[in-house]
Amino acid sequence: MRQASLGRALFLIASALFALVLLVQVLHASGAIAAGFSDWRPVLYAYLVWGIALGIRQVLLRGERGLRALFLLPAVLFTVAVVIFPTVFGFYIASLDWNLSSLEGPRFYGLGNLIGLFHDTYYWNALRNMVFYTLAVSGEYAIAFGLALLLNADISGRKFFRVVFLLPMMLSPVAVSWMIGKSLLEYRFGPAATLARALGWDNPAFFASPWIARFSIEAMDAWVSIPFIMIILLAGLQAMPKEVLEAAKVDGANGWQSFWHVTFPLMLPVSITVLIIRIIFKLKLADIVINVTAGGPGGATDTMSSFIYRVYRDRSNVGYGTGLAMFYLLIIIVLLSLLLRLSHRWTQKVT
Amino acid sequence: MTIGALIPNRKPQAASRAKRIVGRTLIYAALIFWAFVCLSPIYWTVTTSFKSAVDVTQGHLIPWLDFQPDWKGWRSLGLSPDTIFGTSNPREEFLSRFGNSIFTSVGASLLALVLGSLAAYGLSRFRYKFAWMRNDDILFFFMSQLILPPVVLALPFLVLYKALALLDTRFGLILLYTLTVLPIVIWIMRDQFNAIPVELDEAAFVDGLSVWGAFLRIILPLAVPGMVAAFILSLVLCWNEYFFAALLTSTDAKTLPVMVASQTGSQGINWWSMAALSTAAIAPLVIAGIFLERYIVSGLTTGAGK
Repeated sequence: MRQASLGRALFLIASALFALVLLVQVLHASGAIAAGFSDWRPVLYAYLVWGIALGIRQVLLRGERGLRALFLLPAVLFTVAVVIFPTVFGFYIASLDWNLSSLEGPRFYGLGNLIGLFHDTYYWNALRNMVFYTLAVSGEYAIAFGLALLLNADISGRKFFRVVFLLPMMLSPVAVSWMIGKSLLEYRFGPAATLARALGWDNPAFFASPWIARFSIEAMDAWVSIPFIMIILLAGLQAMPKEVLEAAKVDGANGWQSFWHVTFPLMLPVSITVLIIRIIFKLKLADIVINVTAGGPGGATDTMSSFIYRVYRDRSNVGYGTGLAMFYLLIIIVLLSLLLRLSHRWTQKVT
Repeated sequence: MTIGALIPNRKPQAASRAKRIVGRTLIYAALIFWAFVCLSPIYWTVTTSFKSAVDVTQGHLIPWLDFQPDWKGWRSLGLSPDTIFGTSNPREEFLSRFGNSIFTSVGASLLALVLGSLAAYGLSRFRYKFAWMRNDDILFFFMSQLILPPVVLALPFLVLYKALALLDTRFGLILLYTLTVLPIVIWIMRDQFNAIPVELDEAAFVDGLSVWGAFLRIILPLAVPGMVAAFILSLVLCWNEYFFAALLTSTDAKTLPVMVASQTGSQGINWWSMAALSTAAIAPLVIAGIFLERYIVSGLTTGAGK
């Protein structure tokens, strides 16, 4: 009983402290009182103290169950602090007319940014590009499946090939931007351009016309991410029961038939998982575009992230940029929940 | 008669053998082709860091045969044998960025590993109820952070970090990187803990250990392979992260990818130094990839295989 009241008291004090620090700082920032801290960091510390007090309270009040809750608590508190709060805060910023380069501070703008977005042709252009990039995942998947089948075949030196095929995944997209985009594919001296000239393409400009540029960017992103898809498909192939394939062979199926009628259907659940993960990561595509083409020519290679990045960086348009990002988040959530539901229904039908 | 019976038999055999040889040739051709696709950009970058301007413009490719390797690119970074003991501003900048990258990626991976392992163990062993949320909902809550594009968080963080005086600090980056890898760590570690039989926990309770004692002394040591996999995977993701670093750091906490990116624009075609810089930036992970491939693969496959 004494323990419980101790826990309650401790938690109350910590809560009061947190509220007090927050209140002082809010008042200080709004200019109501002179006392306060030079920055908001004490609020962060107060949150930390509050979190610890919450943990102690759990243990003192709920005993064994409190000890169990302690496993989950740090991750939850962390996630709330760095994801939930900033996202909510982001929605607030999205409702502001706020340009860092203009002298006036933020101003409430309501749905103005949202309305502005519907007239922004660059935004819809970037969204169309995202559709292309997302659809291109199917191509990556096809290549990765082929590679996984190759690695799963009876070959010597499998370990070597597996390590080599994995390497591109380890490289930073920024370094890849230079290694491939800015030097290998460089117009004058890049070996790829030289090769293309030798093969009869007179003007091997990989980033000049919209479609070629888009495909070049996609090729680079594919180069980095195919290993990921490949490794997971390979794990799926290796987990597949050998008897099924042998049964197909006995039934007289050739390689192609046994692939389509046995391997591919059996790999469907793994395939769907990896495709969804890959699409999630594809929707974040930014680094390569920012560093190689900066969205050009004329926005042809822009992804959503690279476009919004430029709105921040070049136009300092904080409110509008955040509005764009939030709308994009909503699109992603809708799209992914549709995709998840669809894939769920589909796998249930097949199995 | 005997000959006549033998010949039709041998023909299909020879044909199937020929087919097999063709098939194997095709398989190896495809393997070698893709190995070439994977390695040539790396080869090109590493060799270019040893080229002079003429070798770059004339497209020389093979060292000693085609061109005489020179420490040119590495000299410009202050990392060639003749400059390594002198003072060099580029080297100092490079080393500070390198240090930042190591500090932030290791720090974030460790933090994510601690938070993630605890949460994963909890989710794998106990049944929680928080408002309407059960274990599966809580797991989904953590996993759903994965879909957040960095661009959504970037600006709120810019504003918040300014207020918290965390802009351009390594600690600020660590917090963000932890957030991006936490879902992956939880996913991998939960799988790992699920694979450890609950009977071990129960035996530990019988021996008088508390929940935390059982976790720390019995279960955690068994989960080391999963932790290594999760740690390395987080390390790769944090080391390569560019978007947040580009927006939230300016001078002090700049990481290696930001340095690589900022050089591409400003220096024209200073290819050898760019190549040396890129080589230095990718080298740690290429080496990690070669030696720790097993762990990376196991991390990835537990992450997505289920």
